[in-house]
Amino acid sequence: MADEFDLIVVGGGPGGYVAAIRAAQLKLKVAVVEAKYLGGICLNWGCIPTKALLRSSEINHLLHNLGEFGFSADNIQFDLDKIVKRSRGVSKQLSSGIAHLLKKNKVTVVDGFGKLTGGGHLAVSGPDGKPKALLHAPHIILATGARPRQIPGIEVDGKLIWSYFEAMVPTAMPKSLLVIGSGAIGIEFASFYRNMGAEVTVVEVLDRVLPVEDAEISALARKSFEKQGMKILTSASVKGVQKGADSVTVTVEAGGKEQKITVERVISAVGIVGNVENLGLEGTKVKVERTHIVVDGFGRTGEPGVYAVGDVAGPPWLAHKASHEGVVCVEHIAGKNPHPFETGNIPGCTYCRPQVASVGLTEAKAKEAGYELKIGRFPFIGNGKAIAMGEPEGLIKTIFDAKTGELLGAHMIGAEVTEMIQGYVIARQLETTEAELMQTVFPHPTISEAMHESVLDAYGQVIHF
Amino acid sequence: MSTNILMPALSPTMTVGKLAKWLKKEGDEVKSGDILAEIETDKATMEVEAVDEGFIAKILVPDGTEGVPVNTVIAVLSATKGEVVEAPKAAPAPAPVAVTPPAPVAAPVVAAPVAAPAPAAAEEDRVFASPLARRMAKQAGVDLAGIKGSGPNGRIVKADLEKAPVAPVAAPAPAAAAKPAPAPAVAGAYKAVPNSNIRKVIARRLTEAKQTVPHFYLNSNIEIDALLKLRAELNARSSKDGPGAFKLSVNDLIIKACALALRRHPNVNASYTDAAILIYDDVDISVAVAIPDGLITPIVRKADEKGLPAISNAMKELGAKAKAGKLKPDEYQGGGFSISNLGMFGIPEFTAIINPPQGAILAVGAGEKRAVVKDEAIVIATMMTVTLSVDHRVVDGALGAQFLATLKGLLEDPLSLLL
Repeated sequence: MADEFDLIVVGGGPGGYVAAIRAAQLKLKVAVVEAKYLGGICLNWGCIPTKALLRSSEINHLLHNLGEFGFSADNIQFDLDKIVKRSRGVSKQLSSGIAHLLKKNKVTVVDGFGKLTGGGHLAVSGPDGKPKALLHAPHIILATGARPRQIPGIEVDGKLIWSYFEAMVPTAMPKSLLVIGSGAIGIEFASFYRNMGAEVTVVEVLDRVLPVEDAEISALARKSFEKQGMKILTSASVKGVQKGADSVTVTVEAGGKEQKITVERVISAVGIVGNVENLGLEGTKVKVERTHIVVDGFGRTGEPGVYAVGDVAGPPWLAHKASHEGVVCVEHIAGKNPHPFETGNIPGCTYCRPQVASVGLTEAKAKEAGYELKIGRFPFIGNGKAIAMGEPEGLIKTIFDAKTGELLGAHMIGAEVTEMIQGYVIARQLETTEAELMQTVFPHPTISEAMHESVLDAYGQVIHF
Repeated sequence: MSTNILMPALSPTMTVGKLAKWLKKEGDEVKSGDILAEIETDKATMEVEAVDEGFIAKILVPDGTEGVPVNTVIAVLSATKGEVVEAPKAAPAPAPVAVTPPAPVAAPVVAAPVAAPAPAAAEEDRVFASPLARRMAKQAGVDLAGIKGSGPNGRIVKADLEKAPVAPVAAPAPAAAAKPAPAPAVAGAYKAVPNSNIRKVIARRLTEAKQTVPHFYLNSNIEIDALLKLRAELNARSSKDGPGAFKLSVNDLIIKACALALRRHPNVNASYTDAAILIYDDVDISVAVAIPDGLITPIVRKADEKGLPAISNAMKELGAKAKAGKLKPDEYQGGGFSISNLGMFGIPEFTAIINPPQGAILAVGAGEKRAVVKDEAIVIATMMTVTLSVDHRVVDGALGAQFLATLKGLLEDPLSLLL
C-alpha cells in the first residue's frame, strides 16, 4: 500500500526543497525524501557553513591590520572550536528553518533513502537499509546532489587527506596545507586557511586559478593571493602522496619538473560527481552521462514521470541553478508552461578574499562566439567608497557586443562583488543595452558605482579613471 | 445611469481572454482602484482595476468564461445600489469556445474605410520590447509591430528578433499564405517617406483582408432622383440653425437605408469565425472618413434606430473628430458593416476591400445622369452604382443579391424608409 502523492522529490537540498515548496504553492500534494539533512550540501556542508567560516577569517584579517584604521591590539587569539561551532550552528539554524518552511507549506517529509522501483513507485529505506515506506506519484524529481570526486591514489581518508567535509570542521589549525584544485571550493578553503594563518599551497592542473572565470580576473586573483602569501602552482599536477604520521608529502609535477611539498594536511577539491547510484535507474530510460543524469530544458529524463534537477543533473554546480531548475521543472509539471531552463544568465560567486563574481561570457568565450567587443574596465582604486573602506583592490570588467550593445558578460573581483553581481544579472535578464546602464543613476558613495563606471569605460566615457 | 465595464486588452496582441474570477459580486460597491476581476490570457493572469465608481449592477460574463473578446461588456456598473440596468446587447456575446473574435480594430480597405490609426496607434504606441530587441529591430530595419513577443506578458525579446524575417513586416495572414512582403523594386530616384502608424496599419490590415477573406462582389445601379428630391424636401424643413438644425447628405440617407436593409437581412450584419457565424444584435455601421494621413471609419451606432437628423449630426460630429484626430476607441472600434463613398470624387463605381472581421462593405459611387431604358424608351435618370463586397464565408451570392435588392428598393422608393 503506497502513499499517494502528486509529486515526490528525492533530496532536500536547494534543488529539492525549493521544488517542493513551489509545488505546494501550485497546490500539488508533495513529499520530500531526504536521507541525511534538509538543506542538502549547500546548507550543511557547502555554501552556507563556508560563508560563516570565511566571515571569521575575514575578521582575522582585519584584526591583523588594525593599525591602518587607528587601532592596536595585542595577543590576538582565536578559538578554532568556537569558529567551527558557529559555522555548524548557522547550518543547524537554517536546516531547521527549511524543515519549518516545508511544514508551513504542508510538504510531507520522509526521512530515508529513496529508490525508484518502477511505475511511479519510490521505496524509502532507513539508514540500516531496512524498508521504511513505499510512496507513489506520477512525477518524481531526483535532486540527489553530488559528492566530492576522488583522485585515484589520493583518496580522501578523513585524516590527512581532506574533502570539503573535513575541511569545514578542523579540530586543529594545520600549520600548512596543500589544496588540490583551484575552483571555487578549493580557493575558498585556501583563502580561509591562509587568512587564519596557515601556510597554503594551491596546485591547479590548468594554466590559471579559478579557471572558469575571465582570464583577467584569474590573473588579478592570483596576484592578490600571492601577495597574501599563498603559493600558487598552475599547470601543475599531483603525481602522488606519501603519508606520514601527521603530515603528507605531495609530489607535484610542473613544467616537466617534479617537486616534493610536505604539508600537514591536503584538501582535495577537484570537482564533484553526481549521486546517481542506488536510485533504481537501471532498467529505466534515464540516461546517465559520466556522472550526471541527462535532462532536457524542463528537467525531464528519458523516463516519463522521472525528472532530475540540481547538481545531479550536471553543471553549473550551483545552488541557485538547482533552485531555478526545481522551480521550472515543477511549473512545467503543473502545466504552467514556463520557459525552459535558462543557463546563460546564472551568476557565479566565489567568497575568497578578494571576492570574485561573474555572469555571462568571458572575453575569450565572447571572441570565440564571433562577437566584436567593447570592453570596459574600472579598478576599485578609482572608487571613493572602496578606498574609504580600505579595500582599494578590485576590478569590474564589462563586455558588450559592439554591434547591438548587448551586455555579454560582467566580471568582478574585489570587496562585496558577490552582493553586486545581481545588478548585472537583472540587467541581462531584462535584455539591457549599454544605454540603459549608462542612464541609471547609481548611489554615491558605493562600490557599485564602479559597475556604472565600467560600462562608461566600455564606451569611452569613464569619468573617475 | 450605468457604465459598461469592458474586457480589457492586457497586451497589444491580446484579442481574447478568460475571465477567470470575479472579485466583486452583484450589488457590491466599487471604488476607483478596486480590483474587479482576474483575467487570464495565454501569457499572464492580471487584475482588472476599476476606473469608474458605482455598484455592480449586473455581471454579464461569469467566472471561468473563456474566449471573451477584448471590449466585450463583462459587467455593468450603476450609479446607485440596486439600480436595475438593462444588460447591454454586447456584440458579440462571448463564444463558448475560444474563437477569433471581431478585432477591436476595423481593418482598412483600399481607398475606403480603414482601420483607425488610434487602435493601431494604441497598439503601436506602446509595443513592449526589451531595449536590446528594440535596438536589434532598428538595426535590421524590422518593424516591431509585426513581431510576436515570446517574453513576459508578450514582450518582444532578443530571441524573437533572431527568428524574425529581415524583410519588412510580414502580414498576420494564415500560416499557409504568410510570406514576408518582398522588398519593393526601386524603379528610379526617389524620396523615402517613413511609414506613419496609420500607413503601417493600413498596409498590414489590407494585406490581411485580401489574403484571408474570400471576397465576392455584386453591384447594383440605383436610380436616385426620388432620393435626391426627398433629401431636398427634408432639408427645407430644417431650421436654419440651432439644436434641431440638420443638413442631410445623400450619404446619410444611404446609411439609413443600409441600416434598414441589414435589419431585414441580419445575416449580412455578421462575422465569420471557425466555430460559428456571429450575427450582431445591433446595426452599427462604420462609415469611411478621409483624414490627412489616411482613412478612418467612425461608427454610427444602432443606425436603424436613429432618425435621419440623428444620423446626419452624428456623422458630422464624428467626421470633425476624425479629422482632428480626436476619435475615442469606442467610436471607431467595432461595427458590423461598412460604407465607403467616393462619389464626391466623381468615381462612378469601385470595389472596396472588407474590413475584417466584418462580413460586407458597400462601395458607393457618384450619382450621375445616365441614359437608361424605361418603358421601352431611353430617358435620362440620375443613377448611382453601388458595389457590395461580401465575405463569401458569411454571405453567399443569393443573400448578397437579396440585400442589394432590398437596398435598391429602399433608395429608389425613399418613402419606404419610413416603413
